[in-house]
Amino acid sequence: MSVLSVQNVGKAFRSYGSEWQRFARWFGLPVKPNEEHWVLRNVSFEIQQGEAIGIIGQNGAGKSTLLKMITGTSQPSEGQVRVNGKIAAILELGMGFNPDLTGRENAYHGLGLMGYNHAEVEQVMSKLEAFADIGDYFDQPVRVYSSGMQMRVAFAVVTARRPEVLIVDEVLAVGDMYFQHKCMAKIREFQREGTSLLLVSHDPGAVRSLCDRAVMLESGSVIKVGAATEVMDYYQAFIVKEEYDLNIPESKGIDVNQKSNLSKKDKKILISEDVLKSVKISLLDEHDRIVDHLVTGMLLNVKVDVEFNQAVEDPHIGFGIRNRFGDTIYETNTFCLQHNLGLMPPDKVLSVFFSFRCDIGHGDYQFVLGITNKGFDTGSFEEVIFYDQNITPLRIIPTYKDYWAGYFNLRPTVTWSLNENNR
Amino acid sequence: MKALLLAAWNYRYFILSSIRNDFKAQFARSKFGGLWMIINPLMQVLIYALILSNILAAKLPGITDKYGYAIYLMAGLLAWNLFSEIITRCLNLFIANGNMMKKMQFPRITLPLIVLGSCLFNNLLLFISMMAVFLLLGHHFSIVMLWVIPLSFIVAMLAMGVGLILGVMNVFMRDIGQVVPIVLQMLFWFTPIVYMVNIIPKSYRHLLELNPMYALISSYQQLLLYNVIPPIERIIIVAGIAMLFVIMSLFLFRRASAEMVDVL
Repeated sequence: MSVLSVQNVGKAFRSYGSEWQRFARWFGLPVKPNEEHWVLRNVSFEIQQGEAIGIIGQNGAGKSTLLKMITGTSQPSEGQVRVNGKIAAILELGMGFNPDLTGRENAYHGLGLMGYNHAEVEQVMSKLEAFADIGDYFDQPVRVYSSGMQMRVAFAVVTARRPEVLIVDEVLAVGDMYFQHKCMAKIREFQREGTSLLLVSHDPGAVRSLCDRAVMLESGSVIKVGAATEVMDYYQAFIVKEEYDLNIPESKGIDVNQKSNLSKKDKKILISEDVLKSVKISLLDEHDRIVDHLVTGMLLNVKVDVEFNQAVEDPHIGFGIRNRFGDTIYETNTFCLQHNLGLMPPDKVLSVFFSFRCDIGHGDYQFVLGITNKGFDTGSFEEVIFYDQNITPLRIIPTYKDYWAGYFNLRPTVTWSLNENNR
Repeated sequence: MKALLLAAWNYRYFILSSIRNDFKAQFARSKFGGLWMIINPLMQVLIYALILSNILAAKLPGITDKYGYAIYLMAGLLAWNLFSEIITRCLNLFIANGNMMKKMQFPRITLPLIVLGSCLFNNLLLFISMMAVFLLLGHHFSIVMLWVIPLSFIVAMLAMGVGLILGVMNVFMRDIGQVVPIVLQMLFWFTPIVYMVNIIPKSYRHLLELNPMYALISSYQQLLLYNVIPPIERIIIVAGIAMLFVIMSLFLFRRASAEMVDVL
């Protein structure tokens, strides 16, 4: 059963020649608005119970407008939003807190604003206080709070009772680490109990790791809906494209890698076809064998072969490794490593080797490959020639000799001593 | 309309706690607290009384008491303060709460109700303190004075209706927020509060009947100064007008609420 369904929703801001015409329309007079400005159009999606969905888009894409219509603060101009159950939004934590009232009084007030009656407030108050966990400060005026304490109370208020749909904005990026973990734990707990999550963000990492599905908005319309990783790949390619004004080819045959299948990759890669003739990435182990898996801590050789159609002034090759959540584990390029490859003539094959001990935790990884021109600053480039976020996978296998866990092997040395107790 | 009232009823705890918070916050860090609310209008009365009583007291018919004018003044101000406070607060109500309206989903009808409740409570405090002053001046009380309760409600209803209409329109045309205080100031002097009706030339007096506040203010004055029950028919007519304004304002409010958030 879908807990939230957004059907063909659109929002127009109407302006009138005179505000009197607007008033006249309320009284049923047939007045046409001077101008209709559509900020959102034909947006449809559904959220099932327990599902986590991300809404992503650049500034001005219409995310907040859509959110306002979902929470009900603003009415859609067309289409409809249907909600089964309670919606809670962690949009503006501490919204409407009065600095002269105590945390408890503000909590009462905030719960009232969410529609709780007196008995319900009494019922959740002690749990709320425990969750906020700010001790005696709870009964002191909010003006003496640190911003972190204010956030704690605000979050506790919003999550006092499990909603059917929880809307989470970027706000979780603030507050101390402990608090963030606590909030995440609460959100996960709600999710397990069946709450659907709606995450609004322009942080790809958050969407990748939290959401099952994602909706990408651009200039007021949905341009992609699907599995979170897929949409995020597209989004990230889209951002690069925006920055460098490149075309995203649909599916053009180019010799990228014998294993890759361009049509399946959809729109995740960027190619400047006038410049680039071919590109190939190979992962080699210490014996120069092509591999798709490696034991952690072993030597890895990333070999990149590139051929250009035209002379390239200052080419740079870069690679990155992403874990299964899409978090970049490591990323570098020849520019950052302070190697200038120099002017590259056409029709010659450039082979670049990145050799390193692969000290990353076991699991599945994806390689990102980028080819650029003219570096400046701390790793920015004037031109992107090629960019693929999923060029080839690599599986890292754990070693059971000196087992460790985590992201990186820090290879600590151990010393110890045994001393007399001098106390 | 029924949905509107139901929403307000469901949010009654929120309304009550908001009214309470209004007061707590207002005086949270002042030593005199709620006293300030009374000091302000009393100073106003004192100034008018000191300056104008010698000129105007003689014109007060049937009262030999030298404090009669002060009581007359207080009675008028009691009603006027309620009227103008509700209108002024309703005027900027949606603009002041714009941020909250954009971010939170709650019945918007609670906002004017909070204003209504807190203004009525303010007025009650003012009434009690005025009664204390009356007592000091040696004025007599009578059970008739309880008529002030229904009168207050009619004043509040009238102010609420007018204020809500202006408040909604102010969201779209901000000039209204600038014009209304000026108009209120004018209306104050076009209503016999500081002066008596009998100083207006007879030929112009019928114009006063166009001012619905005139009937209410003069009822307050009759009631508190002479202990006379106000003329019921006139009160009923004004109550009808007030009701009309309230209904119109609710209609306007309901039509506008969808668009209000968009322009805030």
